[in-house]
Amino acid sequence: MGAPHGHRLHFHGHSPLHRAPAHLKVAALVTFMLVVVATPAAWVPAFVAYAVVLAALVALSGVPVGYLARRMVVETPVLVFAALLPFVATGPEVEVLGLGLSEPGLVAAGALVTKATLGVLASLLLAATTDPRDLLAGLERLRVPTQLVQIMGFMIRYLDVVTDELRRMKTARESRGFTARDPRHWPVVAKSAGALFIRSFERGERVHLAMISRGYDGSAPQGARR
Amino acid sequence: MHVPDGFLDAPTSLATAGVAAAGIAIALRGARREVDDRIAPLAGLVATFVFATQMLNFPVAGGTSGHLMGGALAAVLVGPYTGLLCLTVVLAVQSLLFADGGITALGTNVVLMGVVTVVAGYVAFRGVQLVLPRRLSMVAPAAAIGALVSVVLSAATFVGLYAVGGAVPIPLDTLLTAMVGVHTLIGVGEAVITFLVVASIVSVRPDLVHGARRVLDVRTLETRVAA
Repeated sequence: MGAPHGHRLHFHGHSPLHRAPAHLKVAALVTFMLVVVATPAAWVPAFVAYAVVLAALVALSGVPVGYLARRMVVETPVLVFAALLPFVATGPEVEVLGLGLSEPGLVAAGALVTKATLGVLASLLLAATTDPRDLLAGLERLRVPTQLVQIMGFMIRYLDVVTDELRRMKTARESRGFTARDPRHWPVVAKSAGALFIRSFERGERVHLAMISRGYDGSAPQGARR
Repeated sequence: MHVPDGFLDAPTSLATAGVAAAGIAIALRGARREVDDRIAPLAGLVATFVFATQMLNFPVAGGTSGHLMGGALAAVLVGPYTGLLCLTVVLAVQSLLFADGGITALGTNVVLMGVVTVVAGYVAFRGVQLVLPRRLSMVAPAAAIGALVSVVLSAATFVGLYAVGGAVPIPLDTLLTAMVGVHTLIGVGEAVITFLVVASIVSVRPDLVHGARRVLDVRTLETRVAA
């Protein structure tokens, strides 16, 4: 655990965007995306303007475009869904390459892809320029309930520990010659999940005892633990 | 799949965010009764567990695979209030740190994959538990039925939200049939996996399973003497 404790999307840097207070960045992201979502699909110039603003912010952040582009794969299911829309939507049809496609469906698919892409890119930019600890402190300043921020803090802190545990179980299964191929193998995979729950729960109890022995009274503020 | 930005219009997104906030407020109060002051570390680790199990692939056929949504599973394992907090935190982290699910759709996602799955899953679980005999072996089947109900109701709720604030003119009856049809299949998968996971935990550490508490309470200590 000597490596930098940033999460997998964090890109270390010192740009003005990296240094901006996290609560302002989160508030700006939510406001920006609400405006994007509320914009009617026909206002193409507005979407161009949003894209320009976002591109300028990416340039300012100094995060390589390729770094963000590779992480855009989370959007794939949305693209698949959008590709289906012109076929299932109703309304007047247009002929494209000999296929009758719904016109409102095409417009809606275009709007969905545009809005979702802006959303994914903006969220990725926030994740890339914000240290998780700063993000938690920012959420607390935005009056997100302390309990929720604390739970989130533990989740982020132990994310790698628990996913590593899962990976070790997979390695152990495979080194014994097991590969899950079809539903007949579900019981084995499910037992791993069960074991993971027991280990996670017990780890939670151990962490709690360790915290109590260090004077935890149920209300340690996030900022005090830095 | 998580609802992305721009799928539902802004008023619907804000309204669902309100519902989600109300649900979280109730859960924050209730969770204190379920796990007292251990809540932050325990719910945090269980949230991490839910996140990790969503990465666990269950192969279906021909290279495709599915994963758990985990709403009903979390509700049965740690109780509905803590379960909802865990799911909420998972969805928030996925949205903020992994760009999975739109930030404006976070409220929608918490309602669909948190509030609806946890409440529907737990109510169905308790309902089935009341009918079935009070035996430890009955916890997992009840959880499975809770999981099935939770997935189908979640899909139906999605169609309802779509009818109010959807951005694409899809005929609603087609959408409802398709969504509920597909999600009944997904729900069966979720039920089987939930059954297997809960059964494996109940067989080893029934004391950790919130849904098994009432069953354990009625058990009395008996000393068996070999004849």
